[in-house]
Amino acid sequence: MEMKSEELELTPDLFKKLDESEKNAEKIVYESKTYFQDAWNSFKKNKMALVGLCFILLMIVCCVFIPILSPYTYDGQNMAIANQGPSLAHLMGTDRFGRDILVRVMCGGRISLSVGFAGALISLCIGVVYGGIAGYCGGKVDMIMMRFVDIMYSIPDILYIILIVVVLEPSMTSIMIGITISSWMGMSRQVRTQVLTLKEQEFSLAAFVLGASHSRILMKHLIINCMGPIIVQVTMLVPSVIFNEAYLGFLGIGLSAPQASWGTLANDARHIMMSYPIQIVWPVLAICLSMLALNFIGDGLGVALDPKKK
Amino acid sequence: MAEQPILELKDLKVYFKMNNGFLQSKDIVKAVDGISLKIYPGETFGLVGESGCGKSTTGRAIVKINTPTEGQIFVNGEDITKIKGAELKQFKQDVQMIFQDPYASLNPRMTVGEIIREPMDIHNIYDTKEEREERVRELLELVGLKPDHIRRYPHEFSGGQRQRIGIARTLALNPKFIVCDEPISALDVSIQAQVINLLEKIQKEMGISYLFIAHDLSMVKHISDRIGVMYLGNLVEVGDSDSVYTDPLHPYTRALLSAVPIPDPETARSRQRVILQGELPSPINPPSGCVFRTRCPKATERCAKEKPELKQVKDRLVACFLYEDNKE
Repeated sequence: MEMKSEELELTPDLFKKLDESEKNAEKIVYESKTYFQDAWNSFKKNKMALVGLCFILLMIVCCVFIPILSPYTYDGQNMAIANQGPSLAHLMGTDRFGRDILVRVMCGGRISLSVGFAGALISLCIGVVYGGIAGYCGGKVDMIMMRFVDIMYSIPDILYIILIVVVLEPSMTSIMIGITISSWMGMSRQVRTQVLTLKEQEFSLAAFVLGASHSRILMKHLIINCMGPIIVQVTMLVPSVIFNEAYLGFLGIGLSAPQASWGTLANDARHIMMSYPIQIVWPVLAICLSMLALNFIGDGLGVALDPKKK
Repeated sequence: MAEQPILELKDLKVYFKMNNGFLQSKDIVKAVDGISLKIYPGETFGLVGESGCGKSTTGRAIVKINTPTEGQIFVNGEDITKIKGAELKQFKQDVQMIFQDPYASLNPRMTVGEIIREPMDIHNIYDTKEEREERVRELLELVGLKPDHIRRYPHEFSGGQRQRIGIARTLALNPKFIVCDEPISALDVSIQAQVINLLEKIQKEMGISYLFIAHDLSMVKHISDRIGVMYLGNLVEVGDSDSVYTDPLHPYTRALLSAVPIPDPETARSRQRVILQGELPSPINPPSGCVFRTRCPKATERCAKEKPELKQVKDRLVACFLYEDNKE
């Protein structure tokens, strides 16, 4: 034993200084990325979604600038050049009053797209607040609020959109009110389900224990964590609002002339479809391509914002 | 013990109504069924028991996540079951909780800085944002993280680091009492020690009392001054952690302790295991009398008729008829 302890005598040269890197045990090398940077990176990888996004942006730019830069106005009539086909002077031709169709489609786009985005945003606000409150309160409040949504769902929406538009006189406001009333329920259901699961999570309990107010827990902890599904739902809502508006226009209860949306343009062209079929192609093409692009964006965002789908 | 307890539970009961559906009778789950205990300043009280025995519900009732059906909770001698307004706000500052799952207890959309600053924002501690940021940096250093982690998101951290972020958050309010709801059971063994050491260090520096809920008996013995053993919503034994561990009195405590692995094969082989028969009864219909009698190897007729109270036996409190006769 004694021999051994002699052998094991500790001298300073037996020790080595620790590597400097040991001090950095808690260091994180990985570059910090926010949630939206991460989402954008995975969104970029989806080609279809990117094409859709570019198309919609291009469409918005065209709708804003073409009517300004064009020598024609959307209501300037010139019977001498009525019902012409596409030419260099009028890229999409002219309608039965000799108005430039390109300018009219772009002006229609202004109305259709703004109705689409504004309607979706208003539905978003109503749906998020309504669904958030129902999910957060739970119990009887939730029961009553969601049964009301069920009742709203069971009424065919086009029925009360038409009623509202007829009662309030056809205008952009009345169309928007009608469409919004029919489209917030899906959003509220989605938000409610999300909030129901999130409020049992420990981070919202932690916020409660810390003394956070109900509105703070709801906004800063619950709603912000369902942003992904909410954004996807909104991008899917925009085309459905545009479609509803076009549908109303096509039925003849949309905007009154000379104002036009894509739906009313298609309706106008319908009367002379047999003789000049090209006139109906333009607004319909605008509707189809925009809806397709928005749906691609929605799909792309759905994957990008949902970590489970990666 | 003339000292005023920081926390006192008096006959605390937490029942849950089970909704069986439309027009069905409602069952009542007796999660916590009459618990009384006292925790003194600077002390760590360990609460152990198997899953579903009501230990987490007790902790949650203390921080007011669950509302007690009956009974009272006193913090510093004040009944907190019905407080409102300013008193409630003060209570939330004094009593905090550390959660079990470090992956679920931090909001994934907030940066670490925002998470730790939130309690100060809620309670308006410090006047300027800069002072709060400064405090956040201090807290991060206290729990062994780097101040430049302030802009990062929770998903960039490991489990142990996240748990430390959670601890920093609870410390932001300078609480006097912290309920630790299985703070280490979701962590690796090596990280468990790190977090336990941190909790002990904080206790020494700031004089905080803990209610430490866990099912890992050896860890509880290590950190606790006193231990309470729970079975089916009832406390069956309360005592000094060393004496409970070395000389368990209640038959359930004995069974529980005989299941703890011993890191010495010789002792492990020679000891007698107490193996309990049957399953844990449902808390919807707990057995009459002593709740443990259905599985107790020493149950008598009396156990089915009367419910044993917690009584002083030797140096501790035990709820069992076995020891009543000896004393009298």
